[in-house]
Amino acid sequence: MLLFLPELIILISALILFLVSLGTPSEKTLRNIVLCLTGLLLLVTLTCINNKGTLFFAAYQIDLYSQLFKLLIAAATFIVIVFSGNTPGIGQRIRAEYYMFLFTGLLGLMMLVSSVELLAIFISLELSSFALYIMVPMRQSSGAHDYHLESGIKYLLFGVMATGFMLFGMSYLFGLTGSTYLKDIIPSISYLYNQPAAVTGIIMVMAGFFYKLGLFPFHFWVPDIYEGAANETTSFVAAIPKLAAVALLIRLLAMVSVDGQILVNLLLLCSICSMFYGNLSALAQKDVKRILGYSGISHAGFILFGLLTFNLEGYSNALYYTIGYAAMTLTCFLTICAATPNGNNLKLEDLKGLHGRSPLLALTFALGLFSLAGIPPFVGFTGKLMILINAFKQGYVVPVILAALNTAIAIYYYLSMVRLAYCSDDSKESVMVSDGWSNKSLALLLVLFIITMGIFPTWFLDMAATVIGATV
Amino acid sequence: MDQHLVFSSFPILSTLIFLPLVAALIMLFVNSERYCKYISLCFTSVVAVLSLVLIVGFDTETTKFQFAEKAVWISSLDINYVVGIDGISILLVVMTALIMPFCILASWSYIKLRVKAFLICLMVMETAMIGVFVALDFILFYVLWEAMLIPMYLIIGIWGGPRKIYASVKFFLYTLAGSILLLVAIIWLYWQNEYSFFIPDMMWHHYALGSQILVFIAFFLAFAIKVPMFPFHTWLPAAHVEAPTAGSVILASILLKMGTYGFLRFALPIVPDATYQLMPFVLWLSIAGIIYGGFTALAQNDMKKLIAYSSVGHMGFVTLGIFILNKQGIEGAILQMINHGVTTGALFLCVGMIYERTHSRELSMAAGVGKYMPIFVTFLTFFSLASLGFPGTNSFVGEFMILAGTFQFDIEAGRFPWLALAAIPGALLAAAYMLRMLQRIIWGGVDNPDQSWIKDINAREIVILAPFLFFVLWIGLSPGPFLDLIDASVTDLLQNLTMHRTHSLSLNLMAPY
Repeated sequence: MLLFLPELIILISALILFLVSLGTPSEKTLRNIVLCLTGLLLLVTLTCINNKGTLFFAAYQIDLYSQLFKLLIAAATFIVIVFSGNTPGIGQRIRAEYYMFLFTGLLGLMMLVSSVELLAIFISLELSSFALYIMVPMRQSSGAHDYHLESGIKYLLFGVMATGFMLFGMSYLFGLTGSTYLKDIIPSISYLYNQPAAVTGIIMVMAGFFYKLGLFPFHFWVPDIYEGAANETTSFVAAIPKLAAVALLIRLLAMVSVDGQILVNLLLLCSICSMFYGNLSALAQKDVKRILGYSGISHAGFILFGLLTFNLEGYSNALYYTIGYAAMTLTCFLTICAATPNGNNLKLEDLKGLHGRSPLLALTFALGLFSLAGIPPFVGFTGKLMILINAFKQGYVVPVILAALNTAIAIYYYLSMVRLAYCSDDSKESVMVSDGWSNKSLALLLVLFIITMGIFPTWFLDMAATVIGATV
Repeated sequence: MDQHLVFSSFPILSTLIFLPLVAALIMLFVNSERYCKYISLCFTSVVAVLSLVLIVGFDTETTKFQFAEKAVWISSLDINYVVGIDGISILLVVMTALIMPFCILASWSYIKLRVKAFLICLMVMETAMIGVFVALDFILFYVLWEAMLIPMYLIIGIWGGPRKIYASVKFFLYTLAGSILLLVAIIWLYWQNEYSFFIPDMMWHHYALGSQILVFIAFFLAFAIKVPMFPFHTWLPAAHVEAPTAGSVILASILLKMGTYGFLRFALPIVPDATYQLMPFVLWLSIAGIIYGGFTALAQNDMKKLIAYSSVGHMGFVTLGIFILNKQGIEGAILQMINHGVTTGALFLCVGMIYERTHSRELSMAAGVGKYMPIFVTFLTFFSLASLGFPGTNSFVGEFMILAGTFQFDIEAGRFPWLALAAIPGALLAAAYMLRMLQRIIWGGVDNPDQSWIKDINAREIVILAPFLFFVLWIGLSPGPFLDLIDASVTDLLQNLTMHRTHSLSLNLMAPY
């Protein structure tokens, strides 16, 4: 019972929100309820960090690894809830339902990081996806265009397709090994690395997670959903499902090893294409959320690149990078949400003169972007450095050079955002930013986190290595 | 690792690095702009005085890295916080520390908007700049090298002139793009050296020539852009022209030196064979820079642009001196790095002073101010003469040594001194453009604008300029003490180079053809 406590709390929270949605709660009450529930969840995941055990016929594993990811997911969600404020992008009437779906999606993600059996993985993935399918179009209609409906449909169609691939791949894996448990599949499949059936099966299963991670060639939904969904929803989608997807990818990659040349090369190709595609496309964008979407694609490529060294160091680097990425993205989205109190999208020109309107938020935004661009001393740089060093040790010389070149391409669009925020004068019709004390302290906290993690990575890396070493 | 280091009892280098950062942190919590100015001035002055301790305590006999400190930073990758200085870096560190208080003073009334943020940027810059010169761990070096871009970008981008956006973005992109491959080269070296980032460990190995050339190219891109060598110089005039005075001074006096320092510290000792192979290309690029910078400066009407292009020429002399690989050349180059820092820094300060009065950098607008600003033009004359290498001033010593070294290089190679002859017109051009600028500013012509309302420089400005003049004359008349500081390290560098060269040649002879 206690093992399942975080998930239970989410389930109960979702039910509470369902009951709340039946009435007509005031804006403030609803917000307080949600804040309390998320805070409680954060505390519970923190206390449950040392739980160990298995549930549901060993399909559900609770160990330090899964609990750490749950803590990260809960913390990230808490941050999103705090800075999304009154969720101006979501209509007042459906706000309670919105939060209910958010918690349902959260439940799916939490279950995902604990799942070690194909069906459990499938169910939790679907649970989280379906909640998000609904959350994306829940945006308040703002005048002429209904981007949110379009993006909702896109998200659904791509998601269903990715799931189809994944189920198909799972059937292959089951057919080849006769089991749905990862711990049985992994040893049996290790004899079949280069068999076409196994390669197809593994790639297709991974497709489901590549979709969540927004990795080339499963990236098509990313920019449209980032742009179409409400700012709060995008913040959630940008950071949190990625954590869960990485958790599962690390578990799944145990199926592959450096010996499986075809698979490794294929994945390497995906990762490099992801970086180039994301960075080159971002250069031409006008919408800040779209830019961050494309930048997310390239970062996903980097994360996969870290994983592809198939050693403990590589996995912990990737985990370190993912945590850092979540923090950097949330830092940027915090500014986006704060700079759009009316819930509209943030165009590039809306950034003009941000430093005049709110110096602290402009600085937060700039540091977040510099970190994403991989400028020292922030976590983005340290993460990239670790991944590149480790990849070099594995002999991936050309990919390392390509990845380094990507950093140079990326700097342009990050810099153009900083440039607008800092070096341009205020545009006439710019809206005020909402920088209350909660946003300010959160911004400070995130910036400190990014810098500390970047300058003193040892503790984080050691922790990641311990956690992963116990699992893989 | 320890055999390369001489540890000191007091962590003086860390104090120099982190004091400005402490000042920046304190200023975060101070609201009054006045107090911020005094805090930053106070801290930079303390750093400047402390840096003199380095000179006093420096042992000119040893070639090891002195005042060293070491601490574990990221243990899993053997990345350490190691700092230390030798003859190549000591003057640069001291120059950086000494120039910063004057940058603050020069911004005293120049910067009117968001003073606190500006001063914080300057403080962070100082930390990074001193750090770059003393870092002995390649990752530490790289982190500071890149981190410096952010405050410098902001200094140009926020407080710059009309085309500040173009200039700041160009500066950032150029420098960053150049140093990306440097990172790959660093990782390659780390991998070759049994996973160590300690810089002296990487030196004097016989890496395969092919890889050496690739590493050299990576180094060259990063450092040549920073110097900037022709044809990578185009970011410099833009950045110099648009930056505020303090930014221009930092750029000219310190940032440019990082490129040449990089060549001396990394390119020569780490990839010596590639250096010998590619030396002719670098030398002729330097000559191209000298000539090109001179001619372009001759055509400028914008004073800052004129000085910026003259920098291209002067830095061409420095790279020429480094890559002729003899004692006079390299010692002259190091001295010339300091000289350029002093004279060009002072010239930018002078232009800043005119700009504060006329709000224009055009030569025509400043024409004839000599009549109303006699003290100012006295200083300006000294610095201009120093810049063109007039005997008795500092640049004369540096350029003379470099040219003498170049002649020697040609003669040792047993050929007609083409290289030295090609560099001579650079010195002539320097005289031409500097005297042209001086003539315009002091006397102008018949159509001078009305300058009668202009006041001569005040006491603060005299305090800013006087120390520069002091160094111009000191180095010019008695360069001995400065050369003593760098002598041991340069001799050692050249000895190692020659030994390595002989060794490589013998290895090649033994190869079974």
